[in-house]
Amino acid sequence: MGRYVARRLLQAIPLLLIISVILFVLMQNIGDPLATMGGRRPTRSADRERLRRQLGLDKPVLVQYVYWLIGNDWTKVDMDGDGVAETPGVRKGVLRGDFGSSLKKREAATALIGERLPNTLILMGAYELVVILGAVAVGMYSAVRQYSLFDHVMTAVSFILYSMPIFFIALLSMYIFGVNFKRWGLPYFPTVGMFEPAAGKTVPQVAWHMVLPVASLALISLAGYSRFMRSSMLEVLSQDYVRTAKSKGLERRYVLFVHALKNAALPIVTIVGLDLPTLLGGAIVTERIFGWPGMGRLFFDSVSDVDTPVVMAIMMMVSVAVILFQVLTDIAYAWLDPRIRFD
Amino acid sequence: MATIRETAAAVPQFKVDELEGPPLTLRQLTWRRFRRHKMAMFGTVMLALLFVYSFGGALVFSEADANAVETAARLQPPSREHPFGTDTIGRDVLARTIYGGQISLIIGLTAMLVELVIGVLVGAAAGFYGGKLDAMLMRFTEAAFVIPQIFLLIVMSKFFGSSMPNISVLGRNFSGSVVVVILIIGVTSWMYLARIVRAEFISLKEREFVLAARATGTPARQIIFGHILPNSIAPIIVSATLAVAAAILAESYISFLGMGVQPPTATWGNMLEGAMNYIEEAWWFWFFPGVLIVLTVLSINFLGDGLRDALDPRSRAV
Repeated sequence: MGRYVARRLLQAIPLLLIISVILFVLMQNIGDPLATMGGRRPTRSADRERLRRQLGLDKPVLVQYVYWLIGNDWTKVDMDGDGVAETPGVRKGVLRGDFGSSLKKREAATALIGERLPNTLILMGAYELVVILGAVAVGMYSAVRQYSLFDHVMTAVSFILYSMPIFFIALLSMYIFGVNFKRWGLPYFPTVGMFEPAAGKTVPQVAWHMVLPVASLALISLAGYSRFMRSSMLEVLSQDYVRTAKSKGLERRYVLFVHALKNAALPIVTIVGLDLPTLLGGAIVTERIFGWPGMGRLFFDSVSDVDTPVVMAIMMMVSVAVILFQVLTDIAYAWLDPRIRFD
Repeated sequence: MATIRETAAAVPQFKVDELEGPPLTLRQLTWRRFRRHKMAMFGTVMLALLFVYSFGGALVFSEADANAVETAARLQPPSREHPFGTDTIGRDVLARTIYGGQISLIIGLTAMLVELVIGVLVGAAAGFYGGKLDAMLMRFTEAAFVIPQIFLLIVMSKFFGSSMPNISVLGRNFSGSVVVVILIIGVTSWMYLARIVRAEFISLKEREFVLAARATGTPARQIIFGHILPNSIAPIIVSATLAVAAAILAESYISFLGMGVQPPTATWGNMLEGAMNYIEEAWWFWFFPGVLIVLTVLSINFLGDGLRDALDPRSRAV
């Protein structure tokens, strides 16, 4: 197991290098970073050239990539434009945790992300909780009452939800629970932001504002997950040990929740772990619709502003997270199911 | 006694020709399995209707209707004159869903073709030749898999976005961004297909008929495209069908974010752009294109499900 994990982590290194090269080359052409520097667009061409030099944008792509990766504090760079490198570089490079600073906000990219990350994590934590509990409940009920009305309705509903783009479900829920509930005088959910500015960022405020974004994110995955749970539960219920448990007179509830659920819930671990890319993608759209100040919005705004360091930092963090989750999923699965051996 | 009759009734009744006719060909068998899949038939009919809606509707409304701006009549609720209402600058939503549907469906189909070409080539090369090439291609595939598609789509649409001129086909003008969107969706979604094709090739290349082809000196290219590929067509067709749905969804996502197809060319996705700002005033201008996207994706998913059961009865979806 230890060897397996070590090998997976070692394999991740070249993978991340390939990803970073592809992304770095892509980022070169998404636009002129100088054109959108926070509205302070330098007009004089001499200024533009100086800035370009200071940001290191005049170097060949390969050199820029090396500076990005391992920094440039080991060499000297030319700051005054006389062709002689005289100033020692200050960048430390990604490998030492320096993702450069945002062109727009003049802050370290990691600091900007650090500000937004908790907001996204809250959203995702709540999402996972809702999805896992919901999928287990719906899937188990469907499996136990197979071919009942509830089961048929859930099959149809999950097919429809599965085909829905997140933004449509988000707009629908905003319209029904935000707009119309307000109109009918019912308690309505807020549709924008994390908290009322007047009330401040308190726990109940954030929780209240989180309901609609989490619900829209969760409903889509819930559809797929509960089908998965249902079929896994059906499989387990037909196994001998469940029949044994039933026939020795154990209470039905005990058999279902203790004997069957434990094994049926195993596959859920895999899809939760491997679904991270979808979830992160969904977060971009959800955060934009609900005005949620998270990483997804930061990413979207940074791409619009051609804020290369921030975009690169987010993409690399996402890649690391996805790979890490793949490995964690394997570990968790092997830990939960001793029949699985990695070597 | 009634029970005997009931049991007899439960025995499947074969038509005479099914028992005594000549054996069915593979194609007939497939069609029979497909026809019995109710959801797949529903999906097929629905999809045909959606095609009629967006391409037949063009006979009723001209493209000029779809792009006609009338700011005095902005955000009008559905009425006799505008059955689906008007959008933020007074364009008729009904006419735009028709022309938007054409673009959305075309993008779905062509992006699938791009994906198919890349996926089949990469998968076939990796699976057939194996060794170093396989290792290299699969590392690359894995790398492309790691980054969530929508992140790549956003960056790539920015990468290619502004540089495309408008194009005109058959006397109609399209925003050049249509081509960009088709290409970037194709380029970011071939990985799954490549893995399927590779797996098929790895298992098929050891089979006797391939060995025989090799022994008679058939060139590699012909073994790949003439012998192995036709035998792995079933899973390819199924995932290509589902890929159309995924491409339509991907288009709607980036266009919704304002990074996809640019106006005035309408798509179901970009008609929804900025809809959250008008959620209180105008439900109609996001509701209709949204429903059309859901219906299309749903029907294609049903169709793909039916094709999976019909073409490849051994593999059943959960």
